Amino acid sequence: MAIVPEDLLYSRDHEWVRVEGDTATVGITDFAQGELGDVVYVECPEAGTAVEQGAVFGTIESVKSVSDLRSPLSGEVSEVNEELEGAPELVNEDPYDGGWILRIQIADPDELAELLGRDGYRALIAEEG
Amino acid sequence: MALKQTPFHPFHLELGAKMVPFAGYEMPIQYSGVIEEHRCVRSGAGLFDLSHMGEIELRGEGVPAFLDRLLTNRFTDLPVGRARYTAMCREDGGILDDLIVYRLQDRHLLVVNAANFEGDLAWIRAHASAGVEVLDVNQGTALAALQGPRAEALVQRLTDAPLETLPYYGVVETEVAARPAVVARTGYTGEDGFEIYLAAEHAAALWRAITDLGEGEGLRPIGLAARDTLRLEMKYALYGNEIDESTTPLEAGLAWIVKLDKEFIGANALRARKEAGIGRRLVAFEIEGRGIPRPGHRIAVAGEGVGAVTSGTFSPSLSRGIGLGYVNRTHTRPGTALEIEVRGRLLGARIIKPPFYKTGSLRAA
Repeated sequence: MAIVPEDLLYSRDHEWVRVEGDTATVGITDFAQGELGDVVYVECPEAGTAVEQGAVFGTIESVKSVSDLRSPLSGEVSEVNEELEGAPELVNEDPYDGGWILRIQIADPDELAELLGRDGYRALIAEEG
Repeated sequence: MALKQTPFHPFHLELGAKMVPFAGYEMPIQYSGVIEEHRCVRSGAGLFDLSHMGEIELRGEGVPAFLDRLLTNRFTDLPVGRARYTAMCREDGGILDDLIVYRLQDRHLLVVNAANFEGDLAWIRAHASAGVEVLDVNQGTALAALQGPRAEALVQRLTDAPLETLPYYGVVETEVAARPAVVARTGYTGEDGFEIYLAAEHAAALWRAITDLGEGEGLRPIGLAARDTLRLEMKYALYGNEIDESTTPLEAGLAWIVKLDKEFIGANALRARKEAGIGRRLVAFEIEGRGIPRPGHRIAVAGEGVGAVTSGTFSPSLSRGIGLGYVNRTHTRPGTALEIEVRGRLLGARIIKPPFYKTGSLRAA
């Protein structure tokens, strides 16, 4: 059973979002990493790049498949997790903490309303899983 | 249509394997993780459920001569206790399937790809000569493989048959875990190892006996995902990817299993093909930076399209992207620089001399 923490928000594309002030930390959910299998590359934009809610900002590649990463929010990338370059397995082993992918300076807080809470996301994965 | 289950199915569920539909069966794609499972086979031993593979038995005095006509490899000189890899072709040389034929004391056992089983059986029956009995033993047969440098030591603890003297592609009828079984030194991983065929009713006993042994011995169950990365590191062809009805064994690098000095279905087409020159060949390549090739990606040389990828993955042994693909025969030399078009970007790659993984425990004497 995939872990879905209570204090996070979720996109329909299986990213999680942790909001702290005007910064959002983004990663992929435990369910998503389980579906992908062993992650071997994460490709994401550099700090300073503008991202848009729902648009592709990078790719995540596992042994078996490749998937687009879609930004859960609009804004500017403020930081990327450089650990993932040498240790992409963090996405599998620690999806909600050490496996975070990037941080976004939130451009429009109203977009947070588009995201799901824990119950909404659990319902989504129950449908897909 | 409901998915079929193998005799080992309850063990996969008990182990919490991730199950997927595969060739009409519900099969384990991974247990703990593909990279960990892959490395376990390379360093210790891995247990595979391959019961989805199709088994057909042939009986009768005319079987070796019939197989010589049916298949691309030669079988009239295959002694009892030996196996041989072969292709089965259409009249036009297209590959219907690739398979292994085991010669046992009183019968030949043909092991074919799961997805092709029904078609193969119909084809074999349609071409069988008088006096050749074709038996569908698929549902009643379980197949487990134990592969890895520790495989021999583990299997030896369950059988009296002397495995040390069983050669690569040797096969013996014996008992394993006190159950009648056919044990062959064959596999699809590049490691030493065994494939064990036995009646479905004995499957549970075999699985328990093997996993009981394996406690603390570096043995794990291995899913289909790692089976694919293991075979790809060896450049072993996968039916449906590298080979199919539109491919001949000649371009697939399988000329060594085609005996053009005998008559068989497809021989004339293959001779003509060889005479005319093979237009494309299967090559193995490594990605030079990051990125992973996938089936269908375009292959180019200096910007000019020369072929397409048939299989690609991340190689857990090499920690980089590797792939197989067909390229024009003008660009097949090891060392040739290729570009692989991956989602609009060109990745640098280089043709290698296969296999990718060169230090496996397999003794292909």
